[in-house]
Amino acid sequence: MCLGVPGRVIEIEGSTALVDFWGVRRKVALDIVDEDVSLGDHVLVHVGFAIRRIAPEDLAETLAFFETLTSEALEGLER
Amino acid sequence: MTEQRKLEFRDVARGRALQQRLADLVARAGRDVTLMHVCGSHEQAFARYGLRSRFPQGLRVQMGPGCPVCVTDAPEIDAAVALAERGYRVLTYGDMLRVPGSSDSLMDARARGARVDVIYAATQAAEIARGSREPVVFFATGFETTAVATAAVLLNAPPANLFVLSAHKWVPAAMEIVAESPETQIEGYLAAGHAATITGCGLFEPFVERYRRPVVVAGFEPLDILAALVLLVEQVLGGKAEVVNAFPRAVTKNGNQRALTALFKVFETDAGEWRGIARVPRGNLRLREAFAAHDASLRFSGEFAAPKLPRDGALECCCGGIMTGRLTPTDCRLFGSKCRPDTPVGACMVSSEGACRIWYDLREREASE
Repeated sequence: MCLGVPGRVIEIEGSTALVDFWGVRRKVALDIVDEDVSLGDHVLVHVGFAIRRIAPEDLAETLAFFETLTSEALEGLER
Repeated sequence: MTEQRKLEFRDVARGRALQQRLADLVARAGRDVTLMHVCGSHEQAFARYGLRSRFPQGLRVQMGPGCPVCVTDAPEIDAAVALAERGYRVLTYGDMLRVPGSSDSLMDARARGARVDVIYAATQAAEIARGSREPVVFFATGFETTAVATAAVLLNAPPANLFVLSAHKWVPAAMEIVAESPETQIEGYLAAGHAATITGCGLFEPFVERYRRPVVVAGFEPLDILAALVLLVEQVLGGKAEVVNAFPRAVTKNGNQRALTALFKVFETDAGEWRGIARVPRGNLRLREAFAAHDASLRFSGEFAAPKLPRDGALECCCGGIMTGRLTPTDCRLFGSKCRPDTPVGACMVSSEGACRIWYDLREREASE
């Protein structure tokens, strides 16, 4: 029930979007998503509602965070 | 997220490096370090990626009250069963179907002819009610992540025949109960990334201030979890207690204000029982008076059955101890014998997010390998 599933927005009509979850397509309500959503954006979806737009820069931020943390850890391994 | 991005979150070399760093930190502590997660999805990720077996010796990650299905109280399920048996159409999420109330589950009621339907999205509740002339009861369960969806449905011109039976719960309140429990010596908390998407990680600041324990918000990929554990143990070793957001791709400090506004327009917090755990002050979400016309607990108040006696075995069930980190599933005498996924006694064996179910499935999988 509280499984949050990320998917990609492929159509928008009013406050409803068609979202692709790795091949499965579902209508998703945009009533309470935190930011305006555009075609191609990723959204995190819970029980039919998008609760978060995942901006490309946020993905990059997490990857950069791992980069820093794991580089330190990798250096630790090499020592 | 593209496939390539997903792979980056599961990068093996980086995972090993983090694992090693975690082991070094725990070794440096020279004692056991006990942490707690408060999300069934974290336990699922532990099982899926075999993380528990990779934790260093000396690191204990207890399970907290993180499964909404498990903490839904038996009388709350009894109320839904009672309405179904009175002939009302009841809608619920799939994982609630088999959870036993005091004596029966909604599945039992359905087997006897009651109309119980599974929905996967809150919007379906309004759609089904619109297509019907009779009252439709939405047994609404789950933490803030699903409560915001229920709220959004009630704010969007709901049909007059839609009635919400709210068993929604508010997670931050339960963390306080665990922190105040003298038996649980938890040194740091792994907070649930998805719930924090709604509440924001800033919500944990008063908790950290009050209990002087660090909280790290984590995502659900192996690297998310390992990184968060490293950050927690680092704080424990350094004697620090801070809120750290290790899931920045989904969680912000202030959360989703639009969703929170909707949530508290429709619901207010109230004291309520969390199954097997305690009566949690501010732990339940009940409908505000402005939504009384859609409140099933008011509309059908005369139709709920009298309290029932617990079913056979229920008194021996250890779910409460398991969800507060005092016990693990294998400490329970019923685990795998009387209590199994096909004959669950406790709610933790029913849901795919329940600790007992996850451990049971993992054991079966390992036995078949």
